[in-house]
Amino acid sequence: MKRISVWLLLAALAVPAPGDEFTEEDLKRWKAEYMKVMERGEKLFHSPLGSNNVSCDQCHPNGANTHPETYPKFQKQLGKVATLREMINWCLQNPLEGKPLALDSDEMIALEAYIHWERRGVPLAPGKH
Amino acid sequence: MKRRQFLKGMGLAGLGATLPFSLVEISFAMGTKPAEHESFTFAYISDSHLTHLGGTRFTRNFDQGLRKAVMEVNLMDPKPDFVVYGGDLAQLGKREELDHGLELLSALRPPIKWVIGEHDFYLDMGRYWEDKISPLHYSFDHKGVHFVVLNSILTYEDWIARWPTAEERMANMARLDNPHGSPFLVGEAQLRWLAEDLAKYDANVPVVVLSHSPLYKIFKPWNFWTDDAEQVQKLLQRFHRVTVLHGHVHQVLYNQIGNITFYAMMATAWPWPYPVSYVQKPNQVPKLTVFMNRADPFHERDGTGWDILDLDSGTITNHYQLWMNENRTVAFDFKLKHPVDLKYQDPDKRIPPQFHY
Repeated sequence: MKRISVWLLLAALAVPAPGDEFTEEDLKRWKAEYMKVMERGEKLFHSPLGSNNVSCDQCHPNGANTHPETYPKFQKQLGKVATLREMINWCLQNPLEGKPLALDSDEMIALEAYIHWERRGVPLAPGKH
Repeated sequence: MKRRQFLKGMGLAGLGATLPFSLVEISFAMGTKPAEHESFTFAYISDSHLTHLGGTRFTRNFDQGLRKAVMEVNLMDPKPDFVVYGGDLAQLGKREELDHGLELLSALRPPIKWVIGEHDFYLDMGRYWEDKISPLHYSFDHKGVHFVVLNSILTYEDWIARWPTAEERMANMARLDNPHGSPFLVGEAQLRWLAEDLAKYDANVPVVVLSHSPLYKIFKPWNFWTDDAEQVQKLLQRFHRVTVLHGHVHQVLYNQIGNITFYAMMATAWPWPYPVSYVQKPNQVPKLTVFMNRADPFHERDGTGWDILDLDSGTITNHYQLWMNENRTVAFDFKLKHPVDLKYQDPDKRIPPQFHY
């Protein structure tokens, strides 16, 4: 009985499961794809995205004080639990005096990718203030 | 309607005049030494970053900060002997920005002592400032205290030469988190001048140094850093009571290195995070500082303000005027031999918004 289980296990390992498999090359490519979007986000973060020549990095050098690890969290000023993307849009509309981005736009995802990258390694702390 | 708005404005102004400014008569010379000179106060306004948008248009938010500081300094009672403008009046060193700043500051009643910041300097290497506003380094005496103004935002010649246009040079110096930035310098020529200037003074004379960048090293990636700071400190250490007041960092920050007390002044434009909030690089933020409250972006003026300084016994008491927060007072403690926050220095007294991460 034991012997049969071992054989079954070996057989399972020997059969490729293509959907779950990836190579070092894949990992490199995926990271590169992420970094491309992150770098676009870095450029956007350092550009005037609104109407008053103010850019995100003026208050948040290296994305500091954005605390992406704490979202979603309750924003007393909005009266609800909000996401990082909603706060990015709040900044675009208020300190930058501009227009909000669509929440699923490439620009929004790029900004999020940059903000998270600068905060990498920090443990998740949803809801924290 | 217009008359009513006018009266409302007058009412607010009248109220302001009776509120925080009477505090400046209180001095906190904790310890022993009596004043050996006449006590006096001065105000410090800094880092307004006026941003030109074209024609006569400027970024509203930053204009508002400077206007508010000017209005409040004019309400100080007793009146300050002078006002220090701590640099970064402009955002990109443009004449339009400096002229606009001069116009807003022309409403100030006391005379101004000028310190240049990197945002004022790197478009034309300080030429317009020097022609129209002030020398870049100088010294003066006031009621027994020796004041020295340094241009601490110089940098290395090879960095200056690497940019194809003045605009690119300015933009690259203006970006705080620029990986292609360059650390600030006081430089050999100014160090020689400083040594000669200080040589004329006895070690008992109180000395106050005014610079834009901190004359010590806090965080190189954001240029909270002066590369030759130790050489300046060496020239200052022989004085018994010596204080450095600087702008640039847009936050409550204070430190003590040997005999020298350091205070950062508030910005009128926006607050910077403390470098402890950027986890990818190590920092040397002074342990002594009780941080200001984390700013609430929904209150435009939160985390900004200006400073009232009063001199008693040759040390400075720094009254941080924080617009959306309780004001903070930091004074030199003669027993501990370093500055202390009069309310929050004890770690048990600190409040949650002072915790930055």
